[in-house]
Amino acid sequence: MKPLSAIVFKDIVIEMRNKETISSMLMFGLLVLVVFNFAFQPSGAERALIAPGILWVAFTFAGILGLNRSLSIEIDNDCLQGLLLAPLDRGALYLGKVASNFIFMVIAEAMILPVFVLFYNLRFNLQFLEIAGISVLGTLAFAAVGTILSTISANTRMKEVMLPILQIPLTLPVILAAVMATSAVLSGETEGISSWLYLLGGFSIVYLVVSYLVFEFVVEE
Amino acid sequence: MHAGDSPALESEDIQKSFGHFTALAGVTLTFQRSEFVALFGRNGAGKTTFLKIAATLMRASHGNLRIGGADIKEQPETVRRQIGFLSHNTYLYRDLNPIENLRFFARLYGIHDAESRISALLTRVGLKRRMNDPVRSFSRGLNQRLGIARVMLHDPSLILLDEPYTGLDANAVEMLNTMLDEAVGAGKTIILTTHDLELGLRAATRAAIIDRGKIVFDGSSRGTAVRDAYTEYVRMGTPQ
Repeated sequence: MKPLSAIVFKDIVIEMRNKETISSMLMFGLLVLVVFNFAFQPSGAERALIAPGILWVAFTFAGILGLNRSLSIEIDNDCLQGLLLAPLDRGALYLGKVASNFIFMVIAEAMILPVFVLFYNLRFNLQFLEIAGISVLGTLAFAAVGTILSTISANTRMKEVMLPILQIPLTLPVILAAVMATSAVLSGETEGISSWLYLLGGFSIVYLVVSYLVFEFVVEE
Repeated sequence: MHAGDSPALESEDIQKSFGHFTALAGVTLTFQRSEFVALFGRNGAGKTTFLKIAATLMRASHGNLRIGGADIKEQPETVRRQIGFLSHNTYLYRDLNPIENLRFFARLYGIHDAESRISALLTRVGLKRRMNDPVRSFSRGLNQRLGIARVMLHDPSLILLDEPYTGLDANAVEMLNTMLDEAVGAGKTIILTTHDLELGLRAATRAAIIDRGKIVFDGSSRGTAVRDAYTEYVRMGTPQ
């Protein structure tokens, strides 16, 4: 646990100092909500249909922005190599980066979600908490695969472009499951929601385990 | 053989290719404990690649390498604990100050009594006054000084230094030389790459020259043989 907490603490200190990751994720997420709100102006029944997709578009692109920023911290001055020199299982380094990426994404989402509720005339009730729970589960899967993909894209020439190109197709099942679960909550038809939640949980576990196992091979030159 | 009796580094036919380019074409070397080795070679000769493989940052295409008797493929964590590696980049976080950087690495290495060790090292490399300034504000030389502190933090038995004198002023060169002399005196093994023959040979007990991925000279750092080989392979050699 010590290396994991050391990496998370280090990333939090850097974020507190430069305030770049969360603020950029927040600004981008809010802009997506505003643009889609004006573009669609959903009302009544449309809202439950469109709003979940808009929310997860905001979360997805804000998350990619956060992953890119997290990656740039480790690429700058070749700091990732410094991490790899540590006498640790490299999987532990991966888990540390997943943890800090997950924390930053959840913080940004915790600020985007209330704005989403206001924009789409929703209420701060149990529904809000249920959407928050779905967001946490979806974000875990997103951070798990995003962390390893950002490490892979670090070795490519167009890293900022490469990450979304790799990330979006691989997280499509996660985004789809999260949108369907959010939609079920908003429409009040929650009978089939458990299968989407199982899918989210399953993808989180699979992405975490597979990425943990292959991380060592990804980071070696 | 007891682990303590094993050579500091043994490489057997280490090869590394990047596509069609062969960076290392079979490097076989054995360095004993307390040896100070100067490794010379032109740009692209394979010095950095060899050090990166020894530091477990790069996987060899072929061959075996043991550090203190531990195989780098089978016991990478044991190997990493024994190694201090200074590369062209210092691996330091620019948004953190020297203390925060060293504390972070101390936690990764599980160093006990880290605070006193960090304080002593910062004093040693002359960064005590700048210990609360972000690394972002440091010159190349100050960065390199802090990089040296990071390398020494966990008291490694094998110190790998890739062009460590880059960006250092005369005082810092003297400081680094003193630290290296003390490290050798304390039984540590040093492998240092440099283009500067005189700096490399200053305290080295052994010299090796690498050319096109092969060791073309391996012998004493004293005498004329190393200087002749340096002239032939490093100064006069054809570009890669």
